[in-house]
Amino acid sequence: MSPGWLARNWIALSCAAAVVLYIAATLLAPYSHIGVYSFWEKEMYAFEPALSLDNYARALTNDLYRKAVMNSGIVALSVTLTTALLGYLLAYYLAFHATRWRTLLFFLLIVPLWTSFLLRAYIWKIILGRNGIINSWMMDLGLLDEPLSFLLYSKGSITLALVYIFLPFVALPVYAALEKIPRSYIEASTDLGAPSASTFRHVILPLSMPALTAGCTIVFCLSFGDFITPALLGGTGDLMIASVIISQFGSAYDWPFGSALAMLVLFVVLALVFVLRRLGRAASGGVE
Amino acid sequence: MSTGARPFFRGAAIAIFAFLYLPIAVLVMFSFQDSRVLSWPIDEWSLHWYRELLDNREIHRAILNSLIVGFSCVAVTTLGGVPLALALRRLPQWLRAFLERTLLLPLIIPQIITGLALLIILNRAGIKLSLATVILGQGIVWMPIVVTVVHARLLRIGGELEAASADLGANAWQTFFLITWPNIRTSVVGAALLVFTLSFDELPVTFFLIGGDNTLPMHIWSMMRIGITPEINAIATITVGVSIVLILLGMLTLVRDLGRS
Repeated sequence: MSPGWLARNWIALSCAAAVVLYIAATLLAPYSHIGVYSFWEKEMYAFEPALSLDNYARALTNDLYRKAVMNSGIVALSVTLTTALLGYLLAYYLAFHATRWRTLLFFLLIVPLWTSFLLRAYIWKIILGRNGIINSWMMDLGLLDEPLSFLLYSKGSITLALVYIFLPFVALPVYAALEKIPRSYIEASTDLGAPSASTFRHVILPLSMPALTAGCTIVFCLSFGDFITPALLGGTGDLMIASVIISQFGSAYDWPFGSALAMLVLFVVLALVFVLRRLGRAASGGVE
Repeated sequence: MSTGARPFFRGAAIAIFAFLYLPIAVLVMFSFQDSRVLSWPIDEWSLHWYRELLDNREIHRAILNSLIVGFSCVAVTTLGGVPLALALRRLPQWLRAFLERTLLLPLIIPQIITGLALLIILNRAGIKLSLATVILGQGIVWMPIVVTVVHARLLRIGGELEAASADLGANAWQTFFLITWPNIRTSVVGAALLVFTLSFDELPVTFFLIGGDNTLPMHIWSMMRIGITPEINAIATITVGVSIVLILLGMLTLVRDLGRS
């Protein structure tokens, strides 16, 4: 690197330095601290620096924690698949079939996105809860003598609430992608005699795939790490990994072990981001 | 598209919108119910729970704290995000794409992890938790929104006008305030509105970084853990109303801006 090169590129260099510095200070430093802590040990009421794999061994061998990871995985996967299907359907309708109502419907899709996550989870407690609407209604009608408690406090109720919360996360980006597809592509495919199913499979789906996988990535990651919905709607039988982590940083007071669990979550999430990005790119034939 | 598919898609869309909005309608209706126990049909309508809110000191305090956090977050993310976006634009394509993806991490990584990461580092640095740490944490989480929105706008407007301004002898500040800023202003306002609403609702990061004061979501959270309280329905109804107003405001700014250009 000659001084001349430095002089010519000093603006770009200082800009790169600023961005990298920001990332190092606000992202790298905090996230890497979880990694550091995960090797530490808990001694009575203090955390001692160490280089031990005990926390990971405990996280991976104990059935309770393995089941918690499984539960979170199952919920996140069901939420992702359901929102992908429903979100795509909705986006497709908005992009290709809704004519007069499109602006209004688009608005209606954004509104839930701007209202509280917490309240949208809580709504289902009102509807499905022991003293909730469904139970009180059915008892009024004489269909039930006692309130059903299985409506709430299960993986099902958590899944339902998360689908409710995250549906716009898929529908919006997919709608934006579908909207951008030139109508002439679709006409060309139809003019060449392709049935609408194959136009969908070979033209529309590949062009919307990056948006679909991007939406799915966010939905999976956020569902996998959510502790609010399980705390409000989950039962004691279906422990989620996020709830376990919270308790390690709260009542159990074992930050190093909690950090090891957090590292596992981080690993799952980043692996998934990587895989889905690949998938999205492959399916779209390299178009981004 | 074949006409046979149309009724199917319309039916699906109606069902999905019903799924999205019926629960909200239920919530709003029950906020006007007089009795503490939910029952359908509602036998007595009243503003009881709204009056209760007006008298609740703790909630006022929490709302005030949330407003402080929200406005501070807007200030932090705008003052940090605009320069970051300007810096990103100067970089070669490959580096820009990589750094932008890295900057987006806090939006993808579950917030519980960001929250506890910040808790650990603040704890090691010996910094006491307070509203300031909440603002710091949320600022970090929402920063990518401002950066990506403004950066996308910068890429769209291109650099020609700024280059012309520099050629005509304007200094960097003049170019920024006379050329760049008017072009990115609406994207900054839009991002700020989004950051404010998100911050007003944020719980997972706040949960780890809060000191003695409560924000509104933290207060609601503690109310919810106890059970169903109709007061929450009243707060929720107000929140939905305010959100709708904010979105309309955001859309209006956008439309006005489009009309001007």
